[in-house]
Amino acid sequence: MKLKGAQILLHCLKKEGVEVIFGYPGGQALPIYDALFDSDIKHILVRHEQGAAHAAEGYARASGKTGVCLATSGPGATNLVTGIADAYMDSIPMVALTGQVGTQFLGTDAFQEADIIGITLPITKHSYMIERTEDVARIIHEAFHIANTNRPGPVVIDLPRDVMDRVIDYEDNNDEVNIRGYRVLKGVNSGQIVSAAQMINRAERPVIYAGGGVIASEASAELRELAEKAKIPVTTTLMGMGAFPGLSYLSLGMLGMHGTRYANYATGECDVLIAVGVRFDDRVTAKLEHFAPKSAIIHIDIDAAEIGKNVDIDIPIAGDVKDALQALIPRVDSRDELTEWHQTISRWKDEFPLRYGKASEGRIMPQHVVEKIYDVTQGDAIITTEVGQNQMWAAQYYKYKEPRTFISSGGLGTMGYGFPAAIGAKIARPDMKVIDIAGDGSIQMNIQELATAVQYKIPVVICILNNHFLGMVRQWQGLFFNGRYSHTDMCHQPDFVKLAEAYGAVGMRVTKAEDVAGALQEAFQVTDRPVIIDFWVEREANVYPMVPPGESLLNMLGGDDDE
Amino acid sequence: MMNKHTLAVIVENRPGVLTRVTTLFRRRGYNIDSLTVGTTENPGISRMTIVVEGDDKVIEQVTKQLYKLVDVCKVIDVTHERSVDRELVLIKVKADNNVRAEIVQLVDIFRARIVDIGRNSLIVEATGDRGKIDALEDSFRPFGIIELVRTGKVAMVRGSK
Repeated sequence: MKLKGAQILLHCLKKEGVEVIFGYPGGQALPIYDALFDSDIKHILVRHEQGAAHAAEGYARASGKTGVCLATSGPGATNLVTGIADAYMDSIPMVALTGQVGTQFLGTDAFQEADIIGITLPITKHSYMIERTEDVARIIHEAFHIANTNRPGPVVIDLPRDVMDRVIDYEDNNDEVNIRGYRVLKGVNSGQIVSAAQMINRAERPVIYAGGGVIASEASAELRELAEKAKIPVTTTLMGMGAFPGLSYLSLGMLGMHGTRYANYATGECDVLIAVGVRFDDRVTAKLEHFAPKSAIIHIDIDAAEIGKNVDIDIPIAGDVKDALQALIPRVDSRDELTEWHQTISRWKDEFPLRYGKASEGRIMPQHVVEKIYDVTQGDAIITTEVGQNQMWAAQYYKYKEPRTFISSGGLGTMGYGFPAAIGAKIARPDMKVIDIAGDGSIQMNIQELATAVQYKIPVVICILNNHFLGMVRQWQGLFFNGRYSHTDMCHQPDFVKLAEAYGAVGMRVTKAEDVAGALQEAFQVTDRPVIIDFWVEREANVYPMVPPGESLLNMLGGDDDE
Repeated sequence: MMNKHTLAVIVENRPGVLTRVTTLFRRRGYNIDSLTVGTTENPGISRMTIVVEGDDKVIEQVTKQLYKLVDVCKVIDVTHERSVDRELVLIKVKADNNVRAEIVQLVDIFRARIVDIGRNSLIVEATGDRGKIDALEDSFRPFGIIELVRTGKVAMVRGSK
């Protein structure tokens, strides 16, 4: 049949199971938008392309499917860049489609021309510029294959206008993917699995350190089985929150710079560390030379380049986490009794729980707000976060029961991530409550998406932990720069209640601890628009415990008394 | 231990592949000593020869990171293989009548060739491994090198491997 390039594009997206595209039109994307007019793929018109990229990420993380965003050439494409970098750092499957000037104008500095392939080269898993309409189908299928296999990541496809406009004879028969330099990794080395099992069976003080790779590999059930069978305590990274049930007696919560004291102590004292789907990020390890100093390390990851990158590994297992755990579980001895190790950990938990002080008049402790969000939802919700203190408190004080219920910008640390990600997550999981735990700084970076959420009747709840500060940077200035609060005071901010109302959303303000739960319950009654709750929280509350930069995991500040 | 490693990198013959490889090296902070690229017996495939400096850990990371590029099909570290490696050099050297005979003698010794003669200069072409080319360059320096260009190394494993 005779089809335009843009029609072939949409046909192939449909075949890849794409239900929704987050996008923003423009001149060079006109042929694509014209084809979209007749398509049954849902399009969400964001108000800034960065919102489209983060919404696609949120959709991908809540669903496990590949998120799709679409922008025009030039500034449209460059506005996607932060979201693409974010997806790259957190290994999120995403396909970013960008309009481009016609092939005859490429390289002439034409109006709204930007070399988006060049710009995104170091922040994509792969990228394509489609130069012939005949290649559209093959490239679309390759892109989706690459984005969501092995270690997932973003793929950019640049679509020159004439390639989208041209009509060709299209036969719907070429969705088989065969890429010479790219093979999907299957199975694991059984010798390494046997060695790992022996090491685990001999361990007296084992700890599992689990990350986002467990969630990407859909291996949470296997992780739980392994931990429960051998009674191994589990700590997770920020990206791994939800990979292991936070309420389990084996859960140590998060480790690292703002990890729990007991998770960091356990990492310091363990004799075997089983690292699963993680990359030994500096926010986790703190000073590398002092990380898990008494421990042999087993590292399971699909990306061989991560194994041995930062830390020397005793037993490397390159492969899919799910495959590896399935092979490992039958070889690991079942343990019935709790040992001295479990008693030590439980003593640390009693002695050093997460704790916080009292609020001043007219303010609420931010940690209390997060705890109330957990109480009211009972953990049956998807939490997204912005970046900074709000993100760390959301990780510390909420117990994540299931994978894909905590969605946060881990690697890049992108302020303005949480709200558009919440929109994407809610579209992926309309059955779930979706809450963005935000700060007053971050929320202003993509606040324009309120219009999107109102237009499409997306009832996400934004809980601003409003301390009228750029809180995390202020915390560092307080601790390490003699309290010189250089440009972190955010006293000048909009009235978030009126702002919400101006957009057609619901706005509330809460300044008393006893009103937190009621406000949340009221917000969850709203089903046809977003809600902002502006919680006025203690201005100078800090995130504790904290490992100061350059220190070992065991040298934590705070969290040992109620300050 | 810091060592020079020679990697043969088999890649798709497509625009942008060289940029992907060099971007990777720049971003990760690996140092390219030399890089050559050319076509192979298969028109769809190009071959890069990259000389990179680093200890074993760095070379392992370079190799793994290269494999992650979708356009990279194969990476072979030929450093410790029995291999043939060659570089080509063109040297324009000052050569008036007083020294011309001496230069011709050197050209013979190195089994090089004179490929252009000017009034006061010669262009010498030579191929060989890095050591030979270095020695050649040193020998010509006293006469005055006007211009010099080296191609960088290409390498191939010996035998049927």
